[in-house]
Amino acid sequence: MINNPWFSLLSLFMQSKRQQIIGVLCCMTMSIAVNATPQIQTWQTENGAKVLFVPATEIPMLDVRIVFDAGSARDADISGLAVLTNGLLAEGAAGKSSQQIAEEFESVGAQIDNDAMRDMALIGVRSLTESRYLTPAIEILKQVLTQPDFPIDAYQRELNRMKVAVKAKQQSPSELASEAFYKAVFADHPYASPVSGTEESLDRITLGDIKAFYQKYYVASNATVAIVGNVERWQAEEIVKALVSALPAGEKAPALPTVKPLTEAKKIVIDYPSTQTHIYVGQTGMKRGDDDYFSLYVANHPFGGSGFASRLVEVLREDNGLAYSVSSYFLPMRESGIFAMSMQTKTEQTEQALTLLNQELIKYVKNGPEKDELAASMSNITGGFPLNIDSNSKLLEYIAMIGFYDLPTDYLDNFIKNIRSVDVNKINDALTRRVHPDRMVTVIVGKQ
Amino acid sequence: MKMKSIISMVVISTLVLGFVLFGSKEPVPEKTDDAVQSYKLSNGMKVLVIENHRAPVVVSQVWYKVGSSYEHDGITGISHVLEHMMFKGTEEHPAGEFSEIIAANGGEENAFTGQDYTAYFQKIANDRLELCLELEADRMRNLTLDEKEFLKEIEVVKEERRLRTEDKPTALTYERFNAVAYTNSPYRRPIIGWMEDLDTLAIDDVRQWYKTWYAPNNATLVVAGDVIAKDVFRLAKQYFGQLPVSEIKALKPRREAKQYGTQRLTVEVPAKIPYIVMGYKAPVLTTVEEKWEVYALEVLAGVLDGGSSARLSNNLVRGQQIANSASASYGMSAKHETLFVLSAIPNDAVAIDVLEFALREEVDRIKTQLPDDKELDRVKAQVVAAQVYQQDSIFYQAMEVGMLDTIGLPWQIKDEYVQNIMAVTAEQVQQVANKYLTDEQLTVAVLDPLPIENNTKITGVVPPEGAHHD
Repeated sequence: MINNPWFSLLSLFMQSKRQQIIGVLCCMTMSIAVNATPQIQTWQTENGAKVLFVPATEIPMLDVRIVFDAGSARDADISGLAVLTNGLLAEGAAGKSSQQIAEEFESVGAQIDNDAMRDMALIGVRSLTESRYLTPAIEILKQVLTQPDFPIDAYQRELNRMKVAVKAKQQSPSELASEAFYKAVFADHPYASPVSGTEESLDRITLGDIKAFYQKYYVASNATVAIVGNVERWQAEEIVKALVSALPAGEKAPALPTVKPLTEAKKIVIDYPSTQTHIYVGQTGMKRGDDDYFSLYVANHPFGGSGFASRLVEVLREDNGLAYSVSSYFLPMRESGIFAMSMQTKTEQTEQALTLLNQELIKYVKNGPEKDELAASMSNITGGFPLNIDSNSKLLEYIAMIGFYDLPTDYLDNFIKNIRSVDVNKINDALTRRVHPDRMVTVIVGKQ
Repeated sequence: MKMKSIISMVVISTLVLGFVLFGSKEPVPEKTDDAVQSYKLSNGMKVLVIENHRAPVVVSQVWYKVGSSYEHDGITGISHVLEHMMFKGTEEHPAGEFSEIIAANGGEENAFTGQDYTAYFQKIANDRLELCLELEADRMRNLTLDEKEFLKEIEVVKEERRLRTEDKPTALTYERFNAVAYTNSPYRRPIIGWMEDLDTLAIDDVRQWYKTWYAPNNATLVVAGDVIAKDVFRLAKQYFGQLPVSEIKALKPRREAKQYGTQRLTVEVPAKIPYIVMGYKAPVLTTVEEKWEVYALEVLAGVLDGGSSARLSNNLVRGQQIANSASASYGMSAKHETLFVLSAIPNDAVAIDVLEFALREEVDRIKTQLPDDKELDRVKAQVVAAQVYQQDSIFYQAMEVGMLDTIGLPWQIKDEYVQNIMAVTAEQVQQVANKYLTDEQLTVAVLDPLPIENNTKITGVVPPEGAHHD
């Protein structure tokens, strides 16, 4: 099923004081108590898939996720292709209809998980480990992964649903702002296009495109398998074999083009009838595994990456009452991702908010963090590490990320050490080289 | 919806005086079981502990029996505003210090307000629990509630309302749907409050609200994680045990008045996609006479929307292909009568009436034909599995008992949930459909989009002053 991320009943029923910091947290805030680090076991399948496994024996359940370098960055000129291909896997496979597939998963309590983002496309399942549940769950996942039929009726239906989802984004000022921001920051790079396409690009996707995309990218050499749960190593090997041995070896996806840094400031203004103006200010960011990763990660923390402890929240929210949610973040990707500051404020206050955001950034890039700010951030990041690996689902996220981005398997073990190696000089040096307040993209969506 | 558990995801989503009594008596432990160990301080505060030694972390939650359903017209949103103000300091720990201390210790913290509760939590390394308890105990009775801070924070809350509701057509529709569906039930008011009420809320209102509801005898501490229960009890006694109690008056029952026929409303705002919400009045565990009925309603929601194989996906999204998405939701754990809700977004060029007709057909089909065993088995299999998956989150486990206790249900019923779901028969599902999903108890809201014009302008700009590196 293709998700409708813009529609969620959940958010209607509860209000929370704190903003949700956009989904980069799981992969960004971590630190480590060395003895508590889970040991990642790793191997390669005969056909070339990379496997990362962490046994977790406490709960009789298993999570397995197969990640492909098959995100929207591979769409070529057909934006939306990666998402649609991924979404169609479970909509018909091995001669079974989407209904049969859903019934088979759900009759054993298994939860299928699939998604496509800019870099990654993934599919996986959460299942109980008792074999009467696990065996069928793995079997059906294997069929979905290795024998999708891409039936024409499912293709038409899911394509139509995506078109509605794309249209729905046009009623969300935050989606409009985010899309405009990516478009402006990445210009002609594949990261510029909206992940789920445009009405125009969706109209061009053919079934042939989908099949070709699947054949090219859903191959073992292009796959990382992450597995966490209550199974022994030999069982994990059997499960992985069952899942991916039928995939052709294929080829690893070629390197993406390098992201070009911005050369001048740019401002995009979108007229929209909302009561708030949505603001993004930012630029290109950094890669996963970037030489400056730890310096920039720590640098962002006291600035806008630590909620109430951050300068942006203090200035924009606490001192001036201008926003409910304000933050900054680096979103590291295969190639340079983004650095962004984002917030929303009552339309009349737009200029005031924008001025403060820019002032804070300029000041921070120039002077860096105060000594005590840095110390507080260091202790938050290192002391908070156990929280980031305290569940199977978080571990799965981590090891899938580590495998996919070719980070070292002792990444978790060394994380604290790497964080501690950052000091104020490294931060100031990295900020000066990498963050350019005079060349920012500014996006404003609201009443003009 | 996904069939989950006793506390519905709808409620947990966000995914938060008087007489002095000395804690002179030695508290007596209440009965305990393997999962939850409970204790009561002499001032009436409850302490529930779930030991879980998987990772060296702990979740601490303080739950207060107050939320939007405790409010009255004119002060809507006050529970949530107070939740914001709880971060604005005490004499001992001035504004901002709470968060600073938790952050410096590697912790995460937040709070949430629901219809029936307000809760505050920290997630932190297990050796830092004491810190959390000390800080929570301090702000339970000693909040400063400074007017200057309030005047800034109320603006933050208004921004939050704009973000969550005003500028989100579906959320706005849902808010107005609730306001019409319930006649006199407090659930007709939005948790975040009406903007008109936020505009006139004053610090004195908030002070009064704090004084009325924030006391140990109106609170429950839930701690889950890598801790030893008796250590937690000792710390709880140390920090909360001396806090004075308040006289907490019992709420009036606030039972919803009878509805006479289908109620309809249309929300016309700038949007791109229509949306329909249909809600039928339905009992909850605290109000129902025959307990099995609420479990049957949960299974009914599962038959309609318990995963991608369930009827709404199978028939409306895939079969007829008229819905872009369709869902059914019902939660049996609430203080007051609630709604069994169907909602859907149409596919392109599908009239909203067609979608409403199809949703009603699904309801009628359950009323006239028994759901088959395989469908029920799938719903039940998912409930059984979800019970295991939930163990992956100590936060969820703490939330489950905290919420049940706060809405006035014994937390022990969580252990009977699976068994009660398993016992539901096809006939019972049909019976509750016939009894509750009737036109007399229905409210239908439709989002009818007005056009949006958006024009994009791209300009080069002069960088802000000082933007160039030296």
